[in-house]
Amino acid sequence: MAIDVLMPALSPTMEEGTLAKWLVAEGDSVKSGQIIAEIETDKATMEFEAVDEGIVGKILVAAGTSGVKVNDPIMRLIEAGEDANAAPALIMAARPVAAPVSAAAAPTAAAVAVVAKASPDWPAGTPMKTMTVREALREAIAEEMRADPNVMLMGEEVGEYQGAYKISQGLLDEFGPKRVVDTPITEMGFTGIAVGAAWGGLRPILEFMTFNFSLQAIDHILNSAAKTNYMSGGQLGCPIVFRGPNGAAARVGAQHSQDFSAWYAAIPGLKVVTPYSASDAKGLLKSAIRDPNPVVFLENEIMYGQTFEVPDLHDFTIPFGKARIWREGTDATIVSFGIGMRYALEAADLLAKDGISVEVIDLRTLRPLDYDTVLASIQKTNRCVCVEEGFPVASMSDHLASTIMQRAFDYLDAPVITCTGKDVPMPYAANLEKLALVTTAEVVAAVKSVCYR
Amino acid sequence: MAAKSTTPETGKKSNVSKDELLKYYREMLLIRRFEEKAGQLYGMGLIGGFCHLYIGQEAVVVGLEACTKEGDKRVTSYRDHGHMLACGMEANGVMAELTGREGGYSRGKGGSMHMFSREKHFYGGHGIVGAQVPIGAGLAFADKYKGNDNVTFTYFGDGAANQGQVYETYNMAELWDLPVIFVIENNGYAMGTSVKRSTKSTSLYGRGLAYGIPGEQVDGMDVLAVKAAGEKAVAHCRAGKGPYILEMMTYRYRGHSMSDPAKYRTREEVEKMKAEKDAIEHVRDLLLGAGLANEDELKAIDKQIKDVVNASAEFAKESPEPSVSELYTDIYA
Repeated sequence: MAIDVLMPALSPTMEEGTLAKWLVAEGDSVKSGQIIAEIETDKATMEFEAVDEGIVGKILVAAGTSGVKVNDPIMRLIEAGEDANAAPALIMAARPVAAPVSAAAAPTAAAVAVVAKASPDWPAGTPMKTMTVREALREAIAEEMRADPNVMLMGEEVGEYQGAYKISQGLLDEFGPKRVVDTPITEMGFTGIAVGAAWGGLRPILEFMTFNFSLQAIDHILNSAAKTNYMSGGQLGCPIVFRGPNGAAARVGAQHSQDFSAWYAAIPGLKVVTPYSASDAKGLLKSAIRDPNPVVFLENEIMYGQTFEVPDLHDFTIPFGKARIWREGTDATIVSFGIGMRYALEAADLLAKDGISVEVIDLRTLRPLDYDTVLASIQKTNRCVCVEEGFPVASMSDHLASTIMQRAFDYLDAPVITCTGKDVPMPYAANLEKLALVTTAEVVAAVKSVCYR
Repeated sequence: MAAKSTTPETGKKSNVSKDELLKYYREMLLIRRFEEKAGQLYGMGLIGGFCHLYIGQEAVVVGLEACTKEGDKRVTSYRDHGHMLACGMEANGVMAELTGREGGYSRGKGGSMHMFSREKHFYGGHGIVGAQVPIGAGLAFADKYKGNDNVTFTYFGDGAANQGQVYETYNMAELWDLPVIFVIENNGYAMGTSVKRSTKSTSLYGRGLAYGIPGEQVDGMDVLAVKAAGEKAVAHCRAGKGPYILEMMTYRYRGHSMSDPAKYRTREEVEKMKAEKDAIEHVRDLLLGAGLANEDELKAIDKQIKDVVNASAEFAKESPEPSVSELYTDIYA
């Protein structure tokens, strides 16, 4: 009875992967539990073991194939005497082994001969390269570590494991264990240590495996890092970056799915950065590392694998407090940040088909916040929808709506509508999780509503 | 000529010069008189909020500061006035911060619990119990990273010793051989809760042994014993052997803060400590007993200290409140 083995999902956000290596050949016998292949995901290279026994009848996906979709058949197991070309009676996924095989060299971004259009962020004619948000973050860290020997990276699994999300892949090899420091699982302790190290003259980049765990350390972020420059009359600035994935990933449940943007943005003394694109991830992270203040740098796991064009410049930074207008429009303004920009841009595309011209603003940094760009846009469009994945109560969108009401009331032709995540802990079930997040359809409906369409 | 003092724990005798004893006498007396004056100004409404006095514990910080060199760092809790004076910060600037004035170390924006001096390597002044412990280890981390032989003195109380982050820090400090001395100022009471009512541990320094950190209990009322133990700890750290724990058995004469009615202990207990263990009286006895100083010399020192403290109080009253424009400065570096 032939069994088809399928490409497994090896991480919560994996949609496809590379079949790096087969460890069995056609005709080999396979035992349950035997490692049959190495599969490279966006996070790590994983060993992959068989669940069922049989003979390798046919390898359906050759080693080295990339972009293999989850659940595509990759191999057919048969019994002795069976025809490998017969249709399989059973389709079975093999079982991933939760251990990375080896620290593969960091993939280098493929340079493509693209030349930039005019942008406020880089000169026209700048050569561009495509890279993922993950690669952009890694490049920003590596460049700043090369430039300043006091920049160091600390966190759980940043070194030998090569990063829980592969952001720090290859950095241990380049910079050594003095500057890429693996910590025990002890957020409060190592965050306090990093703050002290910043006061002692270093410029630590502290990685939280996810920002959910920053709650264990939030006292040091707020009370130790954010407030001391003020409390010391300007003597003790704290040059530190707290970074890591923030917000909902996929199917990881309520404790691992929360957007802390509005929480940290509420605190004077912190700077809060929420990049959406790879170029912003790179340019803003470099600015964050150079900033003499504590910076909370909120990434998103779902965005790590997304590809964007990034200017191929020797020293490229994006300043804080400058929003980016992704598309210009005349009928309504959508203001968003981070992964919220996905919904904003999708909605703008759909609305354009309906003849509604939407201006889309990416705040990029929440503190400082570029009020001027938002208000100028509203003076033009007279309508605004704010979009984010975080909880609705005391959200960034609430803050924007109240600011717009106070400073641009006479320009508004409709109330500001906020499109946020729902007021519920994140459910696990796939259908409920989708409902708990903001949706593009909701953004489209909100824009139509403020346009009275 | 030198006085002889026996430290009860080590049994070692140390020979101490007149100059050294006079220095300890002067420094401890400065802290005591300063704190008495602060208490007085608090009563007059010139100092607001929380104010935690160090009276009784002076030998701890004075003895340990005697072991430091330029570049060494210190960080402590909210009971911090003594630490600031002992590391050489000016009485005027400390007192003016207590009154919330422009002439204070934080220009009036920090208060009693939040003062800092980059120049004197004093990193606060922390109001969250135990939070200064990993911060101290982080300062030591930076020094080790830079490859110098500086040591960080990280002070905390018997109350903070029950905070989880202390043990997270012990673990990493020993793992990474950080040059940090953890100084537990065990004054017997975490606010109103005695050590006996908060733990069954008989020694707080002993908890470090689980992480591989050596330590010892020290008579924190005897400045010479403190100094001797401090030197041992400093030598351990400077040699690159990692952290060390000193549990200083000490006592605070005043309440936890100014608003503490101190119903949790008897008046007799306090009086007995003052009569039998007072750190300043101890040094005074050593000086007079060995004939190293006479009453007149000590009286002259008393007067000098009183003048410094009175001047600081005047400075703190006369220094103006910070300009209203200061509200929005220093939020960012």
